[in-house]
Amino acid sequence: MDAIFVFEQLLNGLGYGLMLFLIAAGLTLVFGIMDTMNLAHGSLYMVGAYVAARVHEASGMFALAVLAAVCVTVAVAALLEVLVVRRLYRRDHLVQVLATFGIILIADDAVKAIWGVAPLMATTPAALAGPVQLVDGLPYPSYRLLLIGAGLLVALGLYLLVNRTRIGMLVRAGASNRQMAEFMGVRVGGVFAFVFALGAALAALAGALMAPISSVQIGMGEAILIPALVVIVIGGIGSIRGAFVAALLVGLVDTAGRAFLPPALRAVLPPSVAADLGPALAGIAMYVLMAAVLTLKPAGLFPARA
Amino acid sequence: MSHPVSDPPRLSVSAAGGRPRQPLAVRFPGFARRLPWLVLASLALFPLLAPALGLEYYVGFVRRLLIVAIAASSLNFILGYGGMAALGHAGFIGVGAYAVVALVEAGFSSAWLAWGAALAVAGVFAALIGAVSLRTRGVYFIMITLAFAQMLYYLAVSLRTYGGDDGYGLYTPLRLGAWLDGAHPDVFYWVVLAIAALVFAGFSRVAHSRYGHALRGIRDNETRMVALGYPVYRLKLAGFVAAGAVAGLAGGLLASHNAFVSPSMMHWTQSALLLVMVMLGGLGRRWGAPLGVALWLTLEEVLKMHTDYWHWPLGMLLLLVVFHAPQGLAALFERRGGQEGVR
Amino acid sequence: MPQMKFLAAALALCAAAAGHAADIKVGIALDISGPFSALGAEARDGFELAIEKLGGKLGGQPAEFLRTDFGGSPEQANQLVARYLQRDKIDFFTGPIGSNAALAVGPALFAAKVPYLSSNPGPSAYAGDKCNPYFFAQYQNDTYDEAAGKVANEKGYENVVLIAPNYPAGKDHLNGFKRLYEGAVKDEIYTRLGQIDYAAEIAQIRAAKPDAVFFFLPGAMGINFVKQFVGGGLKDVPLIAPGFSADEDVIQAVGEPMIGLLNTAHWTHDLPGEANAAFVAAFRKKYDGRYPSVYAAMAYDTLMAMDAAVRDAGGKADDREALLKALKKPSFKSVRGDFAYGANNYPVQNYYLREVGKDADGRLTNKLVGTTLEKHQDAYVGACKM
Repeated sequence: MDAIFVFEQLLNGLGYGLMLFLIAAGLTLVFGIMDTMNLAHGSLYMVGAYVAARVHEASGMFALAVLAAVCVTVAVAALLEVLVVRRLYRRDHLVQVLATFGIILIADDAVKAIWGVAPLMATTPAALAGPVQLVDGLPYPSYRLLLIGAGLLVALGLYLLVNRTRIGMLVRAGASNRQMAEFMGVRVGGVFAFVFALGAALAALAGALMAPISSVQIGMGEAILIPALVVIVIGGIGSIRGAFVAALLVGLVDTAGRAFLPPALRAVLPPSVAADLGPALAGIAMYVLMAAVLTLKPAGLFPARA
Repeated sequence: MSHPVSDPPRLSVSAAGGRPRQPLAVRFPGFARRLPWLVLASLALFPLLAPALGLEYYVGFVRRLLIVAIAASSLNFILGYGGMAALGHAGFIGVGAYAVVALVEAGFSSAWLAWGAALAVAGVFAALIGAVSLRTRGVYFIMITLAFAQMLYYLAVSLRTYGGDDGYGLYTPLRLGAWLDGAHPDVFYWVVLAIAALVFAGFSRVAHSRYGHALRGIRDNETRMVALGYPVYRLKLAGFVAAGAVAGLAGGLLASHNAFVSPSMMHWTQSALLLVMVMLGGLGRRWGAPLGVALWLTLEEVLKMHTDYWHWPLGMLLLLVVFHAPQGLAALFERRGGQEGVR
Repeated sequence: MPQMKFLAAALALCAAAAGHAADIKVGIALDISGPFSALGAEARDGFELAIEKLGGKLGGQPAEFLRTDFGGSPEQANQLVARYLQRDKIDFFTGPIGSNAALAVGPALFAAKVPYLSSNPGPSAYAGDKCNPYFFAQYQNDTYDEAAGKVANEKGYENVVLIAPNYPAGKDHLNGFKRLYEGAVKDEIYTRLGQIDYAAEIAQIRAAKPDAVFFFLPGAMGINFVKQFVGGGLKDVPLIAPGFSADEDVIQAVGEPMIGLLNTAHWTHDLPGEANAAFVAAFRKKYDGRYPSVYAAMAYDTLMAMDAAVRDAGGKADDREALLKALKKPSFKSVRGDFAYGANNYPVQNYYLREVGKDADGRLTNKLVGTTLEKHQDAYVGACKM
């Protein structure tokens, strides 16, 4: 095991972490600001991926596909907001879980009716299909570099939006004390609708960007939902900064677990035990991390709400 | 769950939607008192009548429904009365089922021993998991219970001795002992019914005992209960362990019912479904859990018979319940409407 | 007299119902939702084509084909089979895609003496010590991997890396590969079930520099893995897989990166033979030119086997002795060509090497390369006492 290999695995962990951040950012934004638990975030991610895959195949233009995915998903989310989510803001979290679980069931059947059950083709844009040589002896998939870049940009964008703009100020006002903000003349309903749309756009962006390296099929939203929830919980729900740190942490721990744990165990334990134990431990590393963090800090690393 | 009890308007907004609808129980008090016995009697007679009506299959169906209702009742107990939203309850069901598998693999064949072990082992797991999880609140509690259940799931998936993902078949049925075996093909049904009735009555009684009131007090205002000198953490843990143990028992019964155990019974979606069924029936309602389970499983069964697209009507049902019957179905015919439920 | 008319109508209805009850009933458990939905849909298409071709009959007798989705969960499969057995009184059972569902429903079916003709999984338990006269398989799970091991020998790959999900079936598949493979195994990597990101594993593979990689990653896992494998600059390392990791569903989802992937199966759509040619043509006509997958072919073949067995058993399904005897000596033309059942009711048959490429119209699909194993039998038959 040489230094390049370790470096590569660190980079892989970083990449996976930023992918998780892309998905978790919208979730934590909606939760943190609107105090709304939206399990259907995974469904929006799925819609984004499906639209992107279809548009990409039809037009051959990846940028257009991502744009279309974001637009269509935001439109779907707007409809969802007006019909359902708007009436959930003041309700209990469990009720929100119940309702958005219902939306997942409906969304899965709707996608099945529109696109069928077979997984869709979603290709990597030709220019980014191959690897680039980062240093000598380390080819790295160029598409993953794009993902890393996108994750960092989204993080920066959200930071600036929430902390440095007038909209961000309104958002923060609405989040910290809705009633007070309303007295001051802020149209909180509009702000919340904006935040929900932004969350949906982030979900769609994540779906569109993940499509070329993952299977575009029904259930992809639920598969990604759990890691995304783990990330926002470790980070402290509602904290963008927390989600960012937690995503990197989960990415690194998960990758390190898969890359280094089995060989390490093989070195100290009898082969048959190590062969069973290594992958099993690596598989649950993420959950162990979450349980450990919550045991020490019951409200996550960066509690957003006191 | 952040339980903002300091926010009374919220409570009254959704309590029965403000409409003065008379619950059935208020209109027919005598009927309501006798209802549990009527239900129990008709369930007990069902296997005897079923062959004449050509409904033999539904004996097994009701048996499964009863077992799931046992698990749901235990979740209703900690969630509805204790405010503990556990999203890992299927994990305990799985622990119970695998306890049975472990005993069978070791050569034991007594059903009572196996189910007892399911109860005990799941109780121990609940104590360990609860001790850690109960330090957290709200959504964090939801997620940490989920995390532990996922660990158990992946553990079961990789357990080679017990079949891993392929599952483990119980080829010879467990023995009930004495004259019970072979007395009647539906003995297992009545055993399940008796256990379900006991569990149900037990939770119902405890919910209205001093302990139950303390638990509800914690749900509504934990700080106040601490100030009053209640050992809040220990009270919650006791409830969590009892619920986990009963869920384990349900898992043991489910193992016997299916004659098969696989990790898919502890997948997180199973935990979510259990939550959904409890809320559908009515949180903290005596009849909530069995009603929710009966409606959900029956709808699933009927819809699947007629269409491949059987998920979305269930989704619509959830939205309907959220917006039009926020107290759950049980609230439609139970006395003392808003007192027991959570929002 | 209206009463008389009503009575007559009621009698007619009863007679119709009685006639109905005598139909031969086939219970088909479908995976239209859940983890195997794409494969389940393929199987459904195969079943439907067969029902159409048979005119809704089995062995010339009126038959009823019950089709119900069970969402891929073994518990739900169990529940569905209970219904099929007790309420519908089925004469045949088939359908599930996953081994876990097959293992869950077997005991109830065997106790009720209902033949279970698997349209996909061939678990090792039913091939060995848990074998049963009422279970008939299409192949044994590991035989695809054994064929792949032989392919690796023939291609002269001296060392390989193996990768599979971390569950017993994954280990079984890798053991299947090692059974006939003669080279060195550089590394065995086990991943999480349902894993999305494979960067860490791909880096390990690159570091190991193997001659080839053998992977068993069903469904979405395989799609994720191949997409990322090719993007990671390992295009020059050949990939070998059992047929299920490289069938039409995966090929259509991954696209160009699949080209050149070697995989093994007991059937391919371009396998010579009249029955197969007719099946593939009918399938492509019915389903917009799409090629059938192994799942569709096996589903179709399963109903053909039932049809032949009912005919050979004298046009009825209630004499189970005669039915089993007829099933054991299949008289129909299988789409996979000739085969015979071994002592454990698992077939002794050929296994073929396929390679992903483009057909004359530029459509990506599997193409037959050659026969890898001839008249091959599974490794578990010795443990079967039947």
